Amino acid sequence: MQVVFEQIINGLTIGSFYALIALGYSMVYGVLKLINFAHGDFFTLGSYLGYTLLVFGSAFITTHFGLWGGMVAAMLMAALCLAFIGVLVERAAYRPIYPAGRLPAVVSALGASIVLQNAIMVIWGPRYQAYPAKLIPNIHLNIWGINITVLQIVILVLSFVLMGILYYIIQKTVFGAAIRATALDKDTASLMGINFNKVIFFIFTLGPALGAMTGVMVGMYYRQISFTMGWNYGLKAFTATILGGIGNLPGAMFGGLILGVLEMLGAAYISAAWKDVFVFMILILVLIFRPNGLFGEKIAEKV
Amino acid sequence: MERVKKGFFGSQQGLLFVIVGLFVIYPFLVSNYYIDVVFFFGIYALLGLSLNIVLGEVGLFDLGHAGFYAIGAYTTAILNTKLGIPILLLLPVSAIAAGLFAYIVCSPIIHLRGDYLCIVTIGMGEIVRLALINNPFDLTGGPNGVYGIDFPSFGGPFVVDSSIEYYFLIWVIVVLSIIGLIRLQRSRIGRAWNCIREDEVAAGASGIDVRYYKLLAFVIGAALAGVAGNIYASKLMAVSPESFSFWESCMLFCIVLIGGMGSIPGILIGAAFISLFPEIFRPFAMYRMLIFGLVMILMMMFRPGGVWPRKRGGAEFVSLLSRKRKKDA
Repeated sequence: MQVVFEQIINGLTIGSFYALIALGYSMVYGVLKLINFAHGDFFTLGSYLGYTLLVFGSAFITTHFGLWGGMVAAMLMAALCLAFIGVLVERAAYRPIYPAGRLPAVVSALGASIVLQNAIMVIWGPRYQAYPAKLIPNIHLNIWGINITVLQIVILVLSFVLMGILYYIIQKTVFGAAIRATALDKDTASLMGINFNKVIFFIFTLGPALGAMTGVMVGMYYRQISFTMGWNYGLKAFTATILGGIGNLPGAMFGGLILGVLEMLGAAYISAAWKDVFVFMILILVLIFRPNGLFGEKIAEKV
Repeated sequence: MERVKKGFFGSQQGLLFVIVGLFVIYPFLVSNYYIDVVFFFGIYALLGLSLNIVLGEVGLFDLGHAGFYAIGAYTTAILNTKLGIPILLLLPVSAIAAGLFAYIVCSPIIHLRGDYLCIVTIGMGEIVRLALINNPFDLTGGPNGVYGIDFPSFGGPFVVDSSIEYYFLIWVIVVLSIIGLIRLQRSRIGRAWNCIREDEVAAGASGIDVRYYKLLAFVIGAALAGVAGNIYASKLMAVSPESFSFWESCMLFCIVLIGGMGSIPGILIGAAFISLFPEIFRPFAMYRMLIFGLVMILMMMFRPGGVWPRKRGGAEFVSLLSRKRKKDA
């Protein structure tokens, strides 16, 4: 039984990474109907920035405010940088292409992804980078026989807090209402006085910032980061988005968590090598029987 | 409509002859390395044409096309190394295997729309790749793949074993596929496909069996990708799962969109861009993929419909091949 709980906790940790990345995908998809392939690379860039900040900048903070202070500082600074870069990429690569329709934007997003990935490679080099071990808290706990690290608990709590904040912003604030309205019907929303460009600005700061924080957390959790890792996480997060029902934010969160837990349970009880096959099989089965995702609403066919 | 344009070489037909002529004399002028570069251009052209059937003609988002390519390549590799069946005999076998695989996999998912179909094809492609890595029944050789694949042989001394012979093999297949695809575009099937792309509901209402035609597109597209896989496997003499990643599927997607959906000359240009660009910019080493990404963005900014978009009616390339059509239209 302990193994099950440990695997579920590991699964929830990974799942919360997927969920946080998936939120960025889902917001952009909801408003622009664009699969933002560059989002995975925002996440990687965040991870690398966090690494640099931890090594150079936050060492100062760490000595003054302790380990957790350094971690939080690295995350916040990475998020801030990525919010800026997100808007920059949107202005440069996506905005000129909106009028042309959806498919050219997909190619442009792939192009942006290639540019970001290779920029990371040029700046930090093609090798793996390791997060400095001494700057990351490493305490093991044993609760009712279940092995868990403090870092895992912090990651889980932090992710749920971030998801909660985002959920609050989307569901309860005026900004959120504007985003939801734009996602429903862009033209009508514009007529009601919602500034479309502001909405886009908002989702392209929020999404990459969340992605960057996730990147720093992933770096701390696995210690090792590579410039291509965004591709894999992006694919999983996109899967989570679809699993939950595309454009549906709570759906994306649950989709990510479910995906993470399934992956870990699959790895533990079926086969570690086949775990991704297992995940994609489940995705396909879900879509065969629920073509709009687990929490997606049935959209009437436009004639 | 005036079909014969006065261009640099006098007419479009003249231009076509010049291009074909250049392709014929090209391998006699350059070293083996550059012949191989254009050989891979041919492979990508064939793959682009195969994805174009699904994405360009019918408008179905398929981001797992490398999966079909992999099925074709591995069918050839396994049957050749384990049973010693000659490569050219395996060419139709690979095509049938990939087509059959597409039929089985796509039948239950063909009702999905847009991005949902897209993610399912991604999942399908990833499952194929991961299955190949995990070496089921000890057939696929795991991450190392299968090696020791034969050269294609026409019997006796006629063995395709040099760069120049592979070059002509792939381009003959590409030209034959283009002729076949043009005929397909003009046929009832092609018109049904385009009708589904423009408006699926209206197509269904006018009596087109939407499900059947969508599946047909997947099967034909997969079969053509299987053919490309066959040639690829025998050229490299080895196949490994890394060649059939999600990245490969994305590049095929880009070939179709950069060239222009449903436009055959466009696909050739797109394939040339994807396969030749990284070679041309090799001196830039680390920066070449950076430039590649930037050019992709710029292309979509300035030519969102592709470099050579298909004209309505889609007759532009047909006029180059047959004189008779000109009078009809």
